[in-house]
Amino acid sequence: MLTQLESVQPAEGVFAASWLLILLPLVGAAVLLLGGRRLDRIAPVLGTVMPALSFGYALVLFAAMAGRGADERAVSVSLWDWFAVGQYEVSVGLLLDQLSMAFVLLITGVGSVIHLYSIGYMADDDRQRRFFGYLNLFVAAMLLLVLADDFLILYIGWEGVGLASYLLIGFWQHKNSAAVAAKKAFVVNRVGDAGMSLAIMSMFVVFGTTAFAAVFPAAAEASEGWLVAIGLFLLLGACGKSAQFPLQSWLLDAMEGPTPVSALIHAATMVTAGVYLIVRAADIYAGAPAARTAVVIVGTITLLMGAIIGTAKDDIKKALAGSTMSQIGYMMLAAGIGPAGYAFAIFHLLTHGFFKANLFLGAGSVMHGMNDEVDMRRYGALRAAMPVTFITFAAGYLAIIGVPPFAGFFSKDRIIEAAFGEHFVYGLAALIGAGITAFYMTRVLLMTFFGEKRWREDAHPHESPQVMTVPLWILGALSVVGGFALLYLGGGIVDWLEPVTGEEHHELAIPAAALTAIIIAVVAAGIATGWLIFGRQRVPATAPAGSFVTVAARKDLYGDAVNEAVFMRPGQYLTRSLVYVENKGLDGAVGGTAAGFGGLSARMRRIQTGFVRSYALSMLAGAAAVVVAMLLVRLP
Amino acid sequence: MSPTAYLVLASLLFAIGGVGVLVRRNALIAFMSIELMLNACNLAFVTFARMHGNIDGQIIAFFVMVIAAAEVVVGLAIIVMIFRTRRSASVDDESLLKL
Amino acid sequence: MSFPWLTTLIVLPALGAVLTALVPAGMELVAKRLALGAGLVTAALAIVAGIDFVVVGDPVQFTEQYTWIESFGVHWALGADGIRITMVVLTAVITPVVLLAMWREAEPEGRSPKPFFAMLLLLEAMVIGAFAAQDLLLFYVLFEAMLIPMYFLIGMYGGPKRQYAAVKFLLYNLLGGLIMLAAVIGIYVESVQAGEGTFLLSDLIALDIATDTQRWLFLGFMFAFAIKAPLWPFHTWLPDAAAEATPSNAAYLSGIVDKVGTFGMIALCLPLFPAAVQEFAPAIVVLAVISILYGALLAIGQTDIKRLIAYTSISHFGFIVLGIFALTSQAGTGATLYMVNHALATVALFLVAGFMISRRGSRLWSDYGGVQKPAPVLSGSLLFFGLAGLALPGLATFVSEFMVLVGTFSRYRVAAVFATVGIILAALYILLLYQRTMTGPVRAETQAFPDLRRRERIIVAPLAAAIIAIGFFPKPLIDVIDDGVQPILTEVGESDPTPLVEGGSE
Repeated sequence: MLTQLESVQPAEGVFAASWLLILLPLVGAAVLLLGGRRLDRIAPVLGTVMPALSFGYALVLFAAMAGRGADERAVSVSLWDWFAVGQYEVSVGLLLDQLSMAFVLLITGVGSVIHLYSIGYMADDDRQRRFFGYLNLFVAAMLLLVLADDFLILYIGWEGVGLASYLLIGFWQHKNSAAVAAKKAFVVNRVGDAGMSLAIMSMFVVFGTTAFAAVFPAAAEASEGWLVAIGLFLLLGACGKSAQFPLQSWLLDAMEGPTPVSALIHAATMVTAGVYLIVRAADIYAGAPAARTAVVIVGTITLLMGAIIGTAKDDIKKALAGSTMSQIGYMMLAAGIGPAGYAFAIFHLLTHGFFKANLFLGAGSVMHGMNDEVDMRRYGALRAAMPVTFITFAAGYLAIIGVPPFAGFFSKDRIIEAAFGEHFVYGLAALIGAGITAFYMTRVLLMTFFGEKRWREDAHPHESPQVMTVPLWILGALSVVGGFALLYLGGGIVDWLEPVTGEEHHELAIPAAALTAIIIAVVAAGIATGWLIFGRQRVPATAPAGSFVTVAARKDLYGDAVNEAVFMRPGQYLTRSLVYVENKGLDGAVGGTAAGFGGLSARMRRIQTGFVRSYALSMLAGAAAVVVAMLLVRLP
Repeated sequence: MSPTAYLVLASLLFAIGGVGVLVRRNALIAFMSIELMLNACNLAFVTFARMHGNIDGQIIAFFVMVIAAAEVVVGLAIIVMIFRTRRSASVDDESLLKL
Repeated sequence: MSFPWLTTLIVLPALGAVLTALVPAGMELVAKRLALGAGLVTAALAIVAGIDFVVVGDPVQFTEQYTWIESFGVHWALGADGIRITMVVLTAVITPVVLLAMWREAEPEGRSPKPFFAMLLLLEAMVIGAFAAQDLLLFYVLFEAMLIPMYFLIGMYGGPKRQYAAVKFLLYNLLGGLIMLAAVIGIYVESVQAGEGTFLLSDLIALDIATDTQRWLFLGFMFAFAIKAPLWPFHTWLPDAAAEATPSNAAYLSGIVDKVGTFGMIALCLPLFPAAVQEFAPAIVVLAVISILYGALLAIGQTDIKRLIAYTSISHFGFIVLGIFALTSQAGTGATLYMVNHALATVALFLVAGFMISRRGSRLWSDYGGVQKPAPVLSGSLLFFGLAGLALPGLATFVSEFMVLVGTFSRYRVAAVFATVGIILAALYILLLYQRTMTGPVRAETQAFPDLRRRERIIVAPLAAAIIAIGFFPKPLIDVIDDGVQPILTEVGESDPTPLVEGGSE
């Protein structure tokens, strides 16, 4: 067994109230959503304080946890019995171990910062109360997801974040595009959820329970076929939530939501839930090599797909969304490698949480100053107008492309290394992905902050208010030092996670330092290519036709076209023909029967002439017939 | 005692009543014919009661009488109403009560 | 003898119905208040009875038995087990909510509200009677008698095609009832041959009927229940009836009255004909899965909001039937809980849709759009109950749907996988409904869309609260239901498949 769940202790002292982590934002959501207009004025403050309190409490818990020995850190809090039928029992409980602690800090920390940013970003919106209510709901659901000690409870949080994501993508409901994007996100996620459902059902059938504490120790005894099935079902769920191939199509549309939402949900936290799920289910994957290979393949495909899509998007948020897909692809790749990669997947997840939230908030800041313009071809030369945004965005840029010593360098370098350790092909793909990342991020940076002005006439770019720049500074700083700090401070993240994820090391054919040098060289090549195309040359204000690769990337590599051709069109056709069958076939048969009887009775009623004496005659005849019949049959 | 004579009489009365209902148009006559048929039945019931030596048939005869009385009350009222509105007691004229 | 709870719960609404009908003309408000009062008192008593049931804790309680027709062994026999008490309390609690929602529905056509309210109360009495009956003939009589008030409710107060819908409803259900009557007589004949003729359920369950006979009798009962429930392909009356009836009557019809069908399957078919059930279960599971997918696909294809909700009900009834005939304790308990949750969610969904339709006067979603802006509470309610309809985890419906799925999966894996596709389709039909009516730019017609009024909020709030409460704390309810389901499964002779890995379930 990988995870050391037998050392989990009942929560005591400061840990006993761990449920407060979830309850605080949940109360915030309930108050804000049900409170009515009276709360409109205090909504932003209340909405920000709740997750901030959670964060404060999480820091206390973290300190307490760090103070214990490595084997005594994981604690469990059992709350109440959910249901018990036959042999299946589910109780609601929380598991606070090193892995969930890392997530709790990321969610509440980055979440609070983004709430703070939203105060400024959403200041002009008259539905702020609802916005903060939804955000708090999201934080609560996400915390439940990472704190649950049972797959079925995890599933509640899993859908809760999906709901919050749906509500927030479609926050500007008056726009049809937003409403459609929200629905699409939810429905695609539901496909993943079907996978989750099946995984959980399989666990019940195989183990008779879904509690982590019972499933993981027993996983080694289950047949490989079942473990592979569960692993693949979980992967399907993870693909939906984390926008991995083949369920990636919703994430780009999800950028219809307000930018803080994109930063929090669709970059830093929710979309990484799939990675959490797979790392959490390490014991299942340990016995299912085929499922693990599938995870690696999905991750590899997505990291390349996302990167390619990112190169062609002119919408700054969509370019970043492509990048998110790609980065999560890296995490999935690492998670699929197994114990050798789990810690690095989480490591990259955390650093990505910092720098991607930073980049999105930076993009939001740019949009804020540019009348909500998202087309990068309408930006240019913004570094003078928005110095803070530029500096912090640049920090995020350096972090994501992996320039040492910024945050992304450490985490991505480890993942590529681990990928080479697993198989040459994966390593190569990850390496190429790093190059493309450098290219498209350079493109974003150059098109936005450098070059000449391509602004629309009514644009008057200005730096954002302090309530928005402070979060940028915080996340910018984390983008700079986050990687180094996580890797080396106090034993580092790898040691911290080791009791949960296990540890393994593959030996590489070449020294790690050489590989690092190669990675840096590839990144430098990417930057140079980006600069050659977008720094030295003028950027046209309207997009050029582009090669077929560019066109395909602009169309999200035909993800939507495939969905439309394979699912939507046949689905609509099926629905229409079924409606026809229902109305003409089934109901027609019923109606036809009714009409047949109606016609028959219309004909038969002619017998009823209305003449009393003819009725009397038929009665007499009938009576006579009965008598004759009785005589013939000779009833006793 | 042979019941034959009584039964033959009952049959004859029944037949006369039946033919009366079938051939006469006047509602009152048809009505009287029905009464004749009922009484023919009564005669037969009483005969059989006598023959079997129990009183079941006689009880039924009383039932029939009660029902006949009730029927006469309702029937005559209807006939009178119809006669008032239509100035006719012919049953063939009342063929409109069908759909 | 203890207090006759069940008789009281039947007599009270019936009495309320009579009194409501007798209120003199011109005092309609009094009649309405009287009806609502009767409904509320019944609900309060039912809740007390439910608590009493749980406190005492015996598997079967509140038994009453009086001879009705001695020569045929017919009794006024009532009694409650876990399933029955749940359904009785559910009916009693939902009725006043629906009565309150009916407040102004009789008025548009200038019809008297007196029979409207009186018949719903009468219907309540009959439904509670059917749920509580421990005598097969009593059940049958109430099962059939229910059609009469429902027929008039649809035919007198519904939409433009109400006559057609009411007659279709009546004919379908009469046909089912007729076949069932033959089976009822058949089982009586069996009891005569076994000794004394009786209609008491406890005696009939104890009968040892030959498998061959069981088959025919089971099919007779199942036919009636499949029409009532309704199961594909006997469902086409429901969309018409639900679309033409007033929203509250449609809610009551699919939320409560149709439950008698699924109730009959689990509480009558299963224990009476165990051998036949085992034989036919796979076939019915297939029909149930077809219902789930077919209902969902047709819901997606509808343009009429009420028809859409009716088709979602067909899909949900598929889940309930699937759970019943999977013959595992999780699925059976889940199916019964599903009946409760579906009643809550669908009643609410119909009512909220009705509130919306009453404001605009159109049942077509294409006449709406952007309602979210002027009426946030209305749209929030529709979304909430829609999410309950698609079984969002954390809400009551999820618990039951998941239990049905997991219980089915442990026996019929392929069926469960297909049924799981239903949860994707559910997301599609609910979100399409919400997207088309509530989101998008505000239209000229929906500019001044009034939000939910006080009365409407009072209707919606308890339903929402119940859905959340059962979602988080389903255990007390599940324990009660489970106590009712276990004996039935024992009677059928099925036990749950054990987990493949031993020691995992500790």
